[in-house]
Amino acid sequence: MEIKALGDSALLIRVAENFDDAPGDALNKVLATKRSLEAAQIPGSIETAPAYTTVALFYDPTRAIDAGAPIENVFGWIEQRIRQALSNAGEIHADRTETSLVEIPVCYEQEFAFDLDEVAQHAGVHWKEVVDLHCGADYRVHCVGFTPGFPFLGGLPRKIATPRRDVPRKEIPAGSVAIGGTQTGIYPIKSPGGWNVIGRTPLQLFDPEKDPPVLLRAGDRVRFRSITREEFERSTT
Amino acid sequence: MKATAIRAGFLTSVQDLGRTGFREFGVSLGGALDTHALRVANLLAGNDESAAGLEVTFGGLRLRFPDDRIVVWCGGDFSARISSTYLAAGHPALVRGGEEFSIESPALGCRAWLAISGGINVPVVLSSRSADLRAGFGGVTGRPVRDGEEFPLDENPQRAKVLIDKLRREKIAGWKPPHDWSNTARREPVLRFIRGVDWNRFNDGTTQRFTADAFIASPDSDRMGIRLDGPRLERSEDVDLLSEAVSPGTVQVPPSGKPILLLNDCQTIGGYPKIAHVIRVDFPIAAQLSPGDRIRFSEVSIADAHALLLERERNLERFRRGLESHFK
Repeated sequence: MEIKALGDSALLIRVAENFDDAPGDALNKVLATKRSLEAAQIPGSIETAPAYTTVALFYDPTRAIDAGAPIENVFGWIEQRIRQALSNAGEIHADRTETSLVEIPVCYEQEFAFDLDEVAQHAGVHWKEVVDLHCGADYRVHCVGFTPGFPFLGGLPRKIATPRRDVPRKEIPAGSVAIGGTQTGIYPIKSPGGWNVIGRTPLQLFDPEKDPPVLLRAGDRVRFRSITREEFERSTT
Repeated sequence: MKATAIRAGFLTSVQDLGRTGFREFGVSLGGALDTHALRVANLLAGNDESAAGLEVTFGGLRLRFPDDRIVVWCGGDFSARISSTYLAAGHPALVRGGEEFSIESPALGCRAWLAISGGINVPVVLSSRSADLRAGFGGVTGRPVRDGEEFPLDENPQRAKVLIDKLRREKIAGWKPPHDWSNTARREPVLRFIRGVDWNRFNDGTTQRFTADAFIASPDSDRMGIRLDGPRLERSEDVDLLSEAVSPGTVQVPPSGKPILLLNDCQTIGGYPKIAHVIRVDFPIAAQLSPGDRIRFSEVSIADAHALLLERERNLERFRRGLESHFK
């Protein structure tokens, strides 16, 4: 397991080497590592940031020093505590997965689906089949980032994987569901973006007034369900 | 009690020390780009160091207060006034109710942090009062301060009341923090860094150029990051990296080969290789980089970075204790 400095106040723990071969395993390892780190309460640690094959730990070096870390080797001191925490956790969490299933209603009609035709063309199928494939798969949230609440989902059927657009759009509306390579995701807030937009959900993915402020978090299971324009309107009012 | 921004200036926003605990949900750290300057200004104004103040970019701000307040500003080479009286960086000053505080465009640097006794009392959203301008929440309804805008101030704390009484006659205190703390813009800035997570993905020529050559801050820069023009930084291998955490201070290299120095409002995860990480004690220098500024990078060890950070924290602690006599 590789641990590298991400600046002087964070470090990056690589918990899995291969992602494409076993994305589910990588995700479970990432989630187990995150839980173990949080449970260990290493002095000076502030928060974690999980991603596909890594977990970052942000820390306050001054607090670590106050807790006994040698000034000349704060990084090594924290690294040792991380290795200890992760080896103690052992296999306990290895098979545990978050089981929350969230259904995301999506209106795939043309008005919202700027790039559905391109995705269909790229896959060599009718656009309706793209929708069927997109709604037929089980997804998991690998991480949340880019903008607050943006879920990076694994599980997209290979057939409709579509490369990112050469020129990113300056503005993608909130709720847009999009495909970027083998990933799919949802834009929680209006933002620029280079993914292929295939529909829109009326759900709010980020609400700073709520706790937690996001609809989806790493580990969650997701399915998409096709809805009509009328259902979309009803859900937003 | 509300202060009024008669003119908001180029870009003024409410900032405190930023939000922690929400990075896993994609929420940026945010907060003042130079937290040290804001902490110092707050301590001098009789506030807790974490009180919310104003981050002023390129000046142009004119404020009026509802009652007597202590104001302190730290940052670039600005010229600030209370009515027509010049106010140098770092000096606590009494602004009477109805009087105007103004800060003009800078001769050097681009940002200043203004602490007002009592602090700005906008709602705490996700553990901070900072405005997240990209996601549109926090601060004054998630956006920059506007012309004519009123924003709430908390009551003067006891310490500030003492100082207000002491400054009734001379108005401006004769004392200030170390010059480096109040005046943070540098000519010929150098940013110290430790090697990035992906340092070894760049060939020797590229890593040498990174430390030997100068870079120019591009106009296409904001609180998310500073785009840098200069030598093209080429990767030795062309693999797609999986997205992983980035941090303010990270220098990432997109396919264009033009590096981007990430700042507080940066995204939480990114997929570009990370060549370097600027050390935290040099964030104040990065926060002053203006379009056209030339900068250089200089490598240090992580142990040196930690020693410098510890020294700065200890000095701030001594400074805080030293201030006590002024608030009695």
